[in-house]
Amino acid sequence: MLTVSRRWFLGAAGAGWLTPVGELLARQAERSREPARSVILLWLAGGPSQLETFDPHPGSAIAGGTRAIETAAKGVRLAEGFERLADRMGSVSLLRSMVSKEGDHERGTYMMKTGYRPDPSLVHASIGAVCCHELPAVGTDIPRHVSILAGQWPSRGGYLGAEYDAFQVDDPRGKLPDVSSPVDALRERARVQDLEVVERAFAKGRRSIARATLHGETLSRARLMMSSEQLRAFDVSREPAGVVDEYGDTPFGRGCLAARRLIEVGVRCVEVTLSGWDSHVNNHEIHRKLVKQLDPAFAALLRDLERRELLDRTVVLCGGEFGRTPKINPLGGRDHWPTGFSVALAGGRLRGGLALGETDPAGLKDPARPIPAQDVHATIFKALGLDPLKENFAPVTGRPVKLSEGTPIRELLA
Amino acid sequence: MRWRDLIFLTVMIGGGLALVRGAVRIPAATTTPQRATSGSAVADSQAAAIRVAVEGLDRAFRQQWAEQGIRPAPPADDLTVMRRLSLALTGAIPSLEEIRRFESRPAGSRLDAWLDDLMADRRTSDFLAERFARAFVGTEDGPFLVFRRRRFASWLSDAILANRPYDAIVRDLVADRGLWTDHPATNFVSVTFNPDTGRPDPERLAARVSRALLGVRIDCAQCHDHPFQPWKQADFRGLAAYFGGAYSGLRGIRDGESAYKPLDRKTKAEAEVAPRVPFRPELVPEAGTPRERLAAWIVDPSNPNLARATANRVWAILLGRPLVDPVDDLPVNVELPPALERLAADFSGHGYDLHRLIRVIAGSEVFRLDSTDPPAGKDPNAAPDDESWAAFPAVRLRPEQVAGALFQAASLPTIGPQSHWFVRLATYTGRNDFVRRYGDTGEDEFHAAGGTIPQRLLLMNGDIVREKTGRGLFSASQRVAELAPDDRAAVEVAYLIVLTRRPTPEESAHFAGRLAGTAGDDRKDRLTDLFWTLVNSTEFSWNH
Repeated sequence: MLTVSRRWFLGAAGAGWLTPVGELLARQAERSREPARSVILLWLAGGPSQLETFDPHPGSAIAGGTRAIETAAKGVRLAEGFERLADRMGSVSLLRSMVSKEGDHERGTYMMKTGYRPDPSLVHASIGAVCCHELPAVGTDIPRHVSILAGQWPSRGGYLGAEYDAFQVDDPRGKLPDVSSPVDALRERARVQDLEVVERAFAKGRRSIARATLHGETLSRARLMMSSEQLRAFDVSREPAGVVDEYGDTPFGRGCLAARRLIEVGVRCVEVTLSGWDSHVNNHEIHRKLVKQLDPAFAALLRDLERRELLDRTVVLCGGEFGRTPKINPLGGRDHWPTGFSVALAGGRLRGGLALGETDPAGLKDPARPIPAQDVHATIFKALGLDPLKENFAPVTGRPVKLSEGTPIRELLA
Repeated sequence: MRWRDLIFLTVMIGGGLALVRGAVRIPAATTTPQRATSGSAVADSQAAAIRVAVEGLDRAFRQQWAEQGIRPAPPADDLTVMRRLSLALTGAIPSLEEIRRFESRPAGSRLDAWLDDLMADRRTSDFLAERFARAFVGTEDGPFLVFRRRRFASWLSDAILANRPYDAIVRDLVADRGLWTDHPATNFVSVTFNPDTGRPDPERLAARVSRALLGVRIDCAQCHDHPFQPWKQADFRGLAAYFGGAYSGLRGIRDGESAYKPLDRKTKAEAEVAPRVPFRPELVPEAGTPRERLAAWIVDPSNPNLARATANRVWAILLGRPLVDPVDDLPVNVELPPALERLAADFSGHGYDLHRLIRVIAGSEVFRLDSTDPPAGKDPNAAPDDESWAAFPAVRLRPEQVAGALFQAASLPTIGPQSHWFVRLATYTGRNDFVRRYGDTGEDEFHAAGGTIPQRLLLMNGDIVREKTGRGLFSASQRVAELAPDDRAAVEVAYLIVLTRRPTPEESAHFAGRLAGTAGDDRKDRLTDLFWTLVNSTEFSWNH
């Protein structure tokens, strides 16, 4: 039991190290049933096969020998290899009838990350960018939208502006790029002081232009970030060894662990990418290897969030740009399949243990109860206490854009 | 077996060399500056004709300013305009070498001479080709095998360097047949290849034609009619139907029977749609394939849209903002700015001469005004009007321009086609890496908003910046430290290299003070610091 004294609280706040405050907020949220405050996106880049992950059809011709396992959720089975996630299925729901019109990697990624089809007149905002735009920013010195192991098309701010783009980092084991000055503090200070001289010369006769560039402010915020203790949230080596092992000591596992640490200091959305699912050849072998990384990381993340009372405040979405064909091609691979693929959704007080939608075990018919990508977005926004129909306005054209044009999935909203 | 190893190695090395050659283009023979011919009578009469067009454009603006009671900003100094020209046309800042040559020329004509040099420079055609390619085929990787973006961009670059008439380029884009490799223009069609139908996508093509060539957004009516939009769904489908017969096969893009049968919105039945242009149908010729007829209609000088759209886009490439914003949404049935009408008429009236269009805009008074705060009009209390163009607009540089500027600022000689192939390869990969980290703006060409924190971090602390401003063997800062005769000269040269201007007396005194009495490594560090400071200034990241 944590006792909170005034001195303890001020000490924590004074250090600027917000983990305990995050915990405090979590407890409060528990009491007042506040909506979720963060999103973690486990992005499976390349398009994972639904049959080897969240929608197995064991014993059928399309399974190609993939078996299924029972899970903590009665009647909901996962493909073999997800033994740890199986234990946590009580808090996870599977959407097995995802449909989209985009069978190309780039366009499919756009569709799933923004909830909109690519449109030449407007770049839409990814889910994390919308979260950062709509939810208040309090006490966070570091970027509130982060992409770990960013793939080819990391989440973008789109029409909301490049300042909502995800901040990209690599394996959290390595050094964080560009956040420490290449010179000592003395030189660094002199450099920044000298900059004033150059800025003064530019602003002469251009006062309003110089102000409108926001250059100085962006620079100060970048420097604030460089000195922020919140940067430690990226550093997973501060976790006990057992915790790192629980996530699986892989780049993706460390990414998931860093995601949890970042959520704790107030980051709104963390995207962690696991690439390599584009299994046109040797589908089963590729999936076996990747599931070995995904299963422990996903399961440990859910367990860890729950243990820290953060799961209700955090929506976790796991999926890729599309699924893969029921038919196995002559090279033992599966090809792109945007009609009837799966994503997993957990946390944020969304109901767990369900499997919605159903695909044809023969792989011929369209799925029953098709769920378009935008419905997943609308559901997540609902869980965050946002109105999906709220409109923002695109710059220049002033075109109104809804947060999502989808319908929230009723079964998931308790 | 050793001979097999040998063959393998040969193939690997050969392949590697071919890749390098592909990545770093060997300069074509055509890059010899045209200045050799500038004394000829033809060039002189051309220059005189351009001067007349420039004067007409200037008069249009002056009249507008007089009506609005605006006193325009004073003219910018020559070096500032030189920097603008280099950034707009080559995507980089001028090198010290170029600045020295520029300043050795007579003051009255050095800007025109610099423009001449740039128009004959491979860097210019490469950069412009990339800007146009974004409008023509986007930035997506596109479909595998049937789309060759690099081939397309280098074809466009060759055409721009040779000043091929723009209408001929457009005809090829819309109507060319053959393989995407030896008829690179067909990539305009093949980029829309849809694997589900196994054919190019007529609707995506119609959207491209509408925006990139006609400068209107007919594709907004793709799904249904909009109450306040002039375009109807029938306009969009009629345009798409011109591409209904475009197929792709082993022999490339070819024409056949139309297979474009969009679904009716209400009945969901397949509809037969005949090719139909959205306006001026009398300009469509009788003869030719549907694509050829559409191309002929687009480039007909009596159809004003291509010239307007292109003049607006080239204006935006040069000044950072289009005359009519957004660049691909020209209003219909509303009077366009007189400057745009004038430029468009000049462009289509002179054989769609892209070089001439660039020269007219770059020679205009507006292009050479100072970038002060926008001057106020008659009513001094009203907010100053950005649209009056009474001052040069300050616009954030595109990521490629920041990369180009950074790499050039680290080198005393010009980085261009004449550089050693190793320098070009390193620059090519380095710039791409930088743009990736800095954040590519994609197809969003002219809406640069404020900078981001990761961009500031990259320019303050990034490895590339550390290498470029730091202790490298040929790094500009280190050579300045070694070669400049005194402190003030070192400061001045650093300013010229990074900001293409001389320091103000205050700046000169301040930074000379930082260098005073230093020598050896200490002095080199101070110069590294100075370069760092200049690279991190607002001025470096903005066109002004």
